[in-house]
Amino acid sequence: MDFTLKIWRQENAKAKGRFETYKITDVSSDCSFLEMLDILNEQLVDKIEKPVVFDHDCREGICGMCSLYINGRPHGNDDGITTCQLHMRKFKDGETIIIEPWRSRAFPVLKDLVVDRGALDKIIQAGGYISATTGGVPDGNAIPIRKDKADTAMDAAACIGCGGCVAACPNASAMLFVGAKVSHLAHLPQGKIEAMKRVEAMVERMDELGFGYCSNAAACEFECPKGIKIEHIAKLNREFISAKVGSQLPKEGGNFSM
Amino acid sequence: MSKLDSKIPQGALEQKWTKYKNSQSLINPANKRRIDVIVVGTGLAGASAAASLGALGFNVKIFCISDSPRRAHSIAAQGGINAAKNYPNDGDSVERLFYDTIKGGDYRAREANVHRLAEVSNSIIDQSVAQGVPFARDYSGYLDNRSFGGAQVSRTFYARGQTGQQLLIGAYGALSREIERKTVEMFPRQEMLDLVLVDGVARGIITRDVTTGEIHRHAAHAVILATGGYGNVYFLSTNAMNSNVSAAWQAYKKGAFFANPCYVQIHPTCIPVHGDYQSKLTLMSESLRNDGRIWVPKMMEDLEHIRNGRMKPTGIPEEGRDYFLERRYPAFGNLVPRDVASRAAKEACDAGFGVGKTGLAVYLDFQDAIERLGKDVVEERYGNLFQMYEKITDENPYETPMKIYPAVHYTMGGLWVDYELQTSVKGLFAIGEANFSDHGANRLGASALMQGLADGYFVLPYTIQNCLADQIRVPKFSTDTPEFETAENEVKERIEKLLSINGKQSVDTIHKKLGKIMWEYVGMARTKEGTAQAVEMIKQLKEEFWSDVRVVGKPDEMNNELEKALRLADYLELGELMARDANQRDESCGGHFRVEYQTNSEAERDDKDFMHVAAWEFTGEKADPKRNVEPLNYETVKVATRNYK
Repeated sequence: MDFTLKIWRQENAKAKGRFETYKITDVSSDCSFLEMLDILNEQLVDKIEKPVVFDHDCREGICGMCSLYINGRPHGNDDGITTCQLHMRKFKDGETIIIEPWRSRAFPVLKDLVVDRGALDKIIQAGGYISATTGGVPDGNAIPIRKDKADTAMDAAACIGCGGCVAACPNASAMLFVGAKVSHLAHLPQGKIEAMKRVEAMVERMDELGFGYCSNAAACEFECPKGIKIEHIAKLNREFISAKVGSQLPKEGGNFSM
Repeated sequence: MSKLDSKIPQGALEQKWTKYKNSQSLINPANKRRIDVIVVGTGLAGASAAASLGALGFNVKIFCISDSPRRAHSIAAQGGINAAKNYPNDGDSVERLFYDTIKGGDYRAREANVHRLAEVSNSIIDQSVAQGVPFARDYSGYLDNRSFGGAQVSRTFYARGQTGQQLLIGAYGALSREIERKTVEMFPRQEMLDLVLVDGVARGIITRDVTTGEIHRHAAHAVILATGGYGNVYFLSTNAMNSNVSAAWQAYKKGAFFANPCYVQIHPTCIPVHGDYQSKLTLMSESLRNDGRIWVPKMMEDLEHIRNGRMKPTGIPEEGRDYFLERRYPAFGNLVPRDVASRAAKEACDAGFGVGKTGLAVYLDFQDAIERLGKDVVEERYGNLFQMYEKITDENPYETPMKIYPAVHYTMGGLWVDYELQTSVKGLFAIGEANFSDHGANRLGASALMQGLADGYFVLPYTIQNCLADQIRVPKFSTDTPEFETAENEVKERIEKLLSINGKQSVDTIHKKLGKIMWEYVGMARTKEGTAQAVEMIKQLKEEFWSDVRVVGKPDEMNNELEKALRLADYLELGELMARDANQRDESCGGHFRVEYQTNSEAERDDKDFMHVAAWEFTGEKADPKRNVEPLNYETVKVATRNYK
């Protein structure tokens, strides 16, 4: 298969970027999208030109490192995949493919197609965990967890932190990412103790880092490679309101929740 | 004292760890604050160690090659994690997990280490549940288990097909909490390029910021390497693209012994190779062997019909199929250990019965499971794996059997460590896949996650205190010393040299050549002659690399080609050492199969001459490395030929 590639090239974080056009021929339809870029890069090295830099690592759809915006869609034109799971058989022979980095104020471009997603880590650091110091915890079966709750927690916990939801959102909001973590932990009895503190801290951090607001466009759900539903945003909103109401009560008011 | 003092505590096997903990030195909280610790790597071992040490009060700096700890390749582990909980009441115990692991490793692991691993296994499950890891549960709300290779009990805990991801997110959460509390400082997108010794003790590292190309110095009282395995030496493996040996290799060149480099696990169930442009291989979890049946056609004519498209695999009747694992190993069937399953698949293909375009594949069939359990149950258990398979191959495994073939997956060898997980360099520790210690010559499925987390949560936080108790009066180190200066200059020279060669071959071209040599001569079937040839071929390839590689770009920018070249330089040296190790080990054991040593196609060990760890010592760039030996003593387990029949 033959393709024309229009790729965003940018020397570094401060430089101005531009699209460059490349031709690539004789690509196998079984080739993955990233392998197609590998072939392009080998050709550029042959010509003593700088290869296109892009983030990638596990190449099996779980590390969340790959982050390309392909023909207007994060991770490209297929459902439930990361870029590394996109194959050239999904394209038409002769097609022009436009490849861009994630676009969001919170994700500055570092070079070419690589962006800095450190903001997502900072949101997790604000409270996206259960504070269980190593040791001194009860037996794993001490607290039974209803299967449906555990399953819903797992649905949310499947998030790979790729940031595709932010890239897809017209407001560059991180609500699905935050919602997934809040919902994962709020569905588990172990996560309830810190639930109020967690949701307030994570939302506050998210706002500080320059992510946009949610306007229910639902593009995040549509593009999420792991099929995470916007119900988790609804859960986030419920948790947030409970926490806000709860934190207004006097301390002795105890465990107020909705 | 011999060079290799394993420091295994005295006393009965089941008392060793308890006794050790009761008598070891501890460091009080005020003094912990005075000790700086560097952790390199953020996978299960690195993240759990950094989080635990930070919580104890040490000053921790952690270095991550990617943008976030959550990218570490532990995330890709699919099937599960073992523990001796015996929740299913099927006869499991610490003793049995210990025994299965020793036997699975073909009697080439240390008894004391493995016993400790089995002892702490249960705490890992408790810890993970407390962190919110959503393990699979049954309708009563209790934890569910499944079976993995090499065991007759169900002791594997799992979170769908994403157990590694969930455990890593648990450890990453714990790490994130310590970062927020400022007990741990995080350095993303930093690659370690050298280890710095001061008076023979590990006191720091040199890193390259991969975003800017800047070279940095970092000092500490101790350095912990949690940098994973070296499977990418084969170019094609199930490892992530950034997984590499360089941190461990620089440690080796600074005096840390490298143990059993030839012990490589070739995983039986991977998606077969399909083209020259291929960048990596994808694993299909071992858990699939719980319900999938492995077979090849019995009749040559059926095979030909399939190859030319006149027949589908589903059209071959039961009697026309050779379920070769069930036939050869009736007791364990499709759940034999990985090395055994891989060799059997290779033999079936070598005999001409392989399927697929290349003839290098066997079927993994779910037809019976779908009939027995229903499609819904199969989907709930393996849905994400089936989807992954379909995306890659464009075939639907609910309708036609999967095609699988063995691929390089895990490396049991690694930096030699003693019972305290300290390498032969004082102050340098190695944990997780980066060390060699617990899996012998073959790792059982669902044991890598167990070992990584055992080291990080429950072993190192104890042993490091014993090792660092004498450091509390040692003041913080400056990086403004001749040792750091020299190390930084060496790194810069290496980078300059690579960029100035301006040869004709790309880094990947040479890496693929190395991969071919390794797969052919140091792969699933090795010979004395072949491994000796490989040593020479790799030496030549190394010369080719240093005279003809082309690395484009500049040192002070984000430069992927330079990163790959730096790693390949180390792989070329490691590859040679692996071939030497395979050449010197005149026996077959676990993942190391020497063609000369077999009975009825089963591996034939030589316990008289090779019941030991081979720990290689670097003696100089031009000199041959020295092979040191640590004998293995089996005081509790009766050493026998592995039998899965």
